[in-house]
Amino acid sequence: MLDNSLDPFVQSLMGDSSGEPDLLRFITAGSVNDGKSTLIGRLLYETRAVYEDQLVSIQRSGMNRSTGPVDLSLLTDSLTAEREQGITIDVAYRYFATPRRKFIIADTPGHEQYTRNMATGASTAQAAVILIDATKGFLPQCRKHIYIASLLGIQDFVAAVNKMDLVGYSEQVFNDIARDFKSFCDLLGIRNACAIPVSALRGDNIIQASSRTKWFDGATLLEYLEDLPVLNSDYSKPLRFPVQYVNRHDSGCRVFSGQIAAGLMQRGEAVTAFPSEKRARIKSISTFDGETEYALPGSSITIMLDEDIDLDRGGLLAGEGYLPQCAAHVSAKLIWLDPQSCHPARPYVLKHTTRTVQARVSNTLQRIDMDTARNVPALSLQMNDVASVQIETSAPLVFDPYRQNRTMGGFILIDPIANTTVAAGMIEGGVKDRNVWHSTASRKKTTADGPKYTRIQIH
Amino acid sequence: MQSKTLSHLRQLEAESVFILREAAAEFCKPVMLYSIGKDSAVMLRLAQKAFYPGKIPFPLLHIDTHYKFPEMIQFRDWYAKQAGAELIVHTNERALSEGANPYALGTQKCCSLLKTRALLDALAEGGFDVAFGGARRDEENSRAKERVYSFRDGQGQWDPRNQRPELWNLFNGRHNPGENIRVFPLSNWTELDIWLYICAENIPLVPLYFAREREAVERAGSVVLMQRGMRLLPGERPEMIKCRMRSLGCVPCSAAIRSDADTVPKIIAEMLSFRKSEHGNIMDHDDEGALEMKRREGYF
Ligand SMILES: Nc1nc2c(ncn2[C@@H]2O[C@H](COP(=O)(O)OP(=O)(O)O)[C@@H](O)[C@H]2O)c(=O)[nH]1
Repeated sequence: MLDNSLDPFVQSLMGDSSGEPDLLRFITAGSVNDGKSTLIGRLLYETRAVYEDQLVSIQRSGMNRSTGPVDLSLLTDSLTAEREQGITIDVAYRYFATPRRKFIIADTPGHEQYTRNMATGASTAQAAVILIDATKGFLPQCRKHIYIASLLGIQDFVAAVNKMDLVGYSEQVFNDIARDFKSFCDLLGIRNACAIPVSALRGDNIIQASSRTKWFDGATLLEYLEDLPVLNSDYSKPLRFPVQYVNRHDSGCRVFSGQIAAGLMQRGEAVTAFPSEKRARIKSISTFDGETEYALPGSSITIMLDEDIDLDRGGLLAGEGYLPQCAAHVSAKLIWLDPQSCHPARPYVLKHTTRTVQARVSNTLQRIDMDTARNVPALSLQMNDVASVQIETSAPLVFDPYRQNRTMGGFILIDPIANTTVAAGMIEGGVKDRNVWHSTASRKKTTADGPKYTRIQIH
Repeated sequence: MQSKTLSHLRQLEAESVFILREAAAEFCKPVMLYSIGKDSAVMLRLAQKAFYPGKIPFPLLHIDTHYKFPEMIQFRDWYAKQAGAELIVHTNERALSEGANPYALGTQKCCSLLKTRALLDALAEGGFDVAFGGARRDEENSRAKERVYSFRDGQGQWDPRNQRPELWNLFNGRHNPGENIRVFPLSNWTELDIWLYICAENIPLVPLYFAREREAVERAGSVVLMQRGMRLLPGERPEMIKCRMRSLGCVPCSAAIRSDADTVPKIIAEMLSFRKSEHGNIMDHDDEGALEMKRREGYF
């Protein structure tokens, strides 16, 4: 019953061949009524129709392909119904696939609590689809959405300039919005920004190029999403392997499990363990399916070291090249997520990689005013505030700046009494503090992409 | 080196393994809800992978209503042993001895006693602070917002207003004594992913999933398998029908479908074609949709 080893149909779905389908996560952000539900509904509906028809037709023929008229926005549930029930407007995850890729959409509603929701959705997303209503233009709200997504590390932005049908598919209207959008993205140092004129309602340039926008020769939204190179494929970076779970092998050896946060892991590779800073080599990389010579970034694996060194859950293995920083006092961007405001004097629990420590938010808070993008001094932080802060921890964190690696630079704060997740943080760097820190000049390492990082070490 | 990125199935796998390890590391007493179905089968395989070369460091919990197909129970015992996992079977004996059955109580009430109540009791009895469940976000629209770590109040119920934001892969499992958490390692898997993974990994399934000739009657458009204790309605005559189950449940409340799909690839093809043929209603999820109401009470 399970003998399907060579079925080409299934092989193509699983991607055993070279044209392997991969996974792209993106967020969608827009203000109410910009057409986000309609757009997502169309993506889900049309890709399902296209993809699955195509799949099914490989094995079956003559099936009925006709579909009745469908209200696309029904595919995603209605916000009004939720509001009536008093349910928190929240991030919803949706799924679709094409033969080339599986997509996970973090659908983040763009109103009251948009900062909290967008931050949550953006934290795991690579790309952002920003809805812009062509009849309204590039509004301040759009800027905020882009700002938050870029704060969370998104570098690939596509503006879906929607409701083009209502502006007579005007090239001029589109060009004006696209120009404003791109120059704002430039301002934030965003790597990749593009705009597409669409009508979610009519389906223009969502899946197929529209004949009503002949003046536009760019990719459709789906083409853009399918062609975007996926991140985390960068295995040229030095290895980062946060230890998640320690087991004992039959032989009595300790084995270390975790998910590779950066780089390629190779058998025989020399690694430095943190916080002990002992060195060892990767003796074996094992998975349920057997031993391997190397493991790609993102893999969950189990390894053995050639030496019995001090290493536990919360520890880290780092590869050759530049080493992570190590500090108990860091500067970070903080997004406050909780209805209870932030009190600098309060102790919080901080979770970073697989490690949990005590933390305190320093007294000097700089709230970022999202209308002006300026820092303003603040005494406390309210829900949805974004701030520049300093964090002190009970033990040094071993990290890379968030902009280099999200796993190595992201953390959450937890209220130790209510147990709620109250903030999300992104480490910018270690803070030198004469009383506690000194920098070891001899340990300067050069990164692959240029800048020098000083590893700061506690006495 | 063949490829630079993990394929989508391998990435889902790696993330699920991460979740399993994370919860196993941070909670005192985990348990895995094992329902014998295809999602449970995938979750169990992921647990084997997560803790390899060690054993799965928590027991499996099956809530047995005593109305399951005998093939399911046989398979359960065999598979748990194969996977080297400890198996706990819990039944609401009191309700059974008081005669709980779906004919007398109706499906919903019966489920509430034999599944939901039984589950909450078993979790409390075992002192489990976290239970892994095989639910997916794509199962129904209201699940799209479910967290990977889902908090349950003292009654085991899910309060959509009181869930923690989940950023990156930093899960917050802190809880007070008495509270428990459901962890859903398969949150980001779709039904198609599940079947593709079963295929890729050659994961054994209960034979009821595969089409073959079975003794059955056709009743109100569905195929009802002849099982012990099954009563025929006037005029019904059992015949051999090539059929299979799309989801596994209790004998009295489960129906099979006519099907020729006797291999995983054929099931995948058939599943995809169902979605389209269902009266043009693209919102229909064709599997286990009936379990929706049980989640609210705490079954999921
Ligand atoms: N004319 C036109 N109307 C649209 C388009 N996209 C969405 N709408 C309409 O705009 C309204 C709001 O759309 P909806 O998808 O619910 O917006 P959301 O609040 O962003 O999710 C609905 O009446 C849609 O039918 C479009 O491309 N053109």
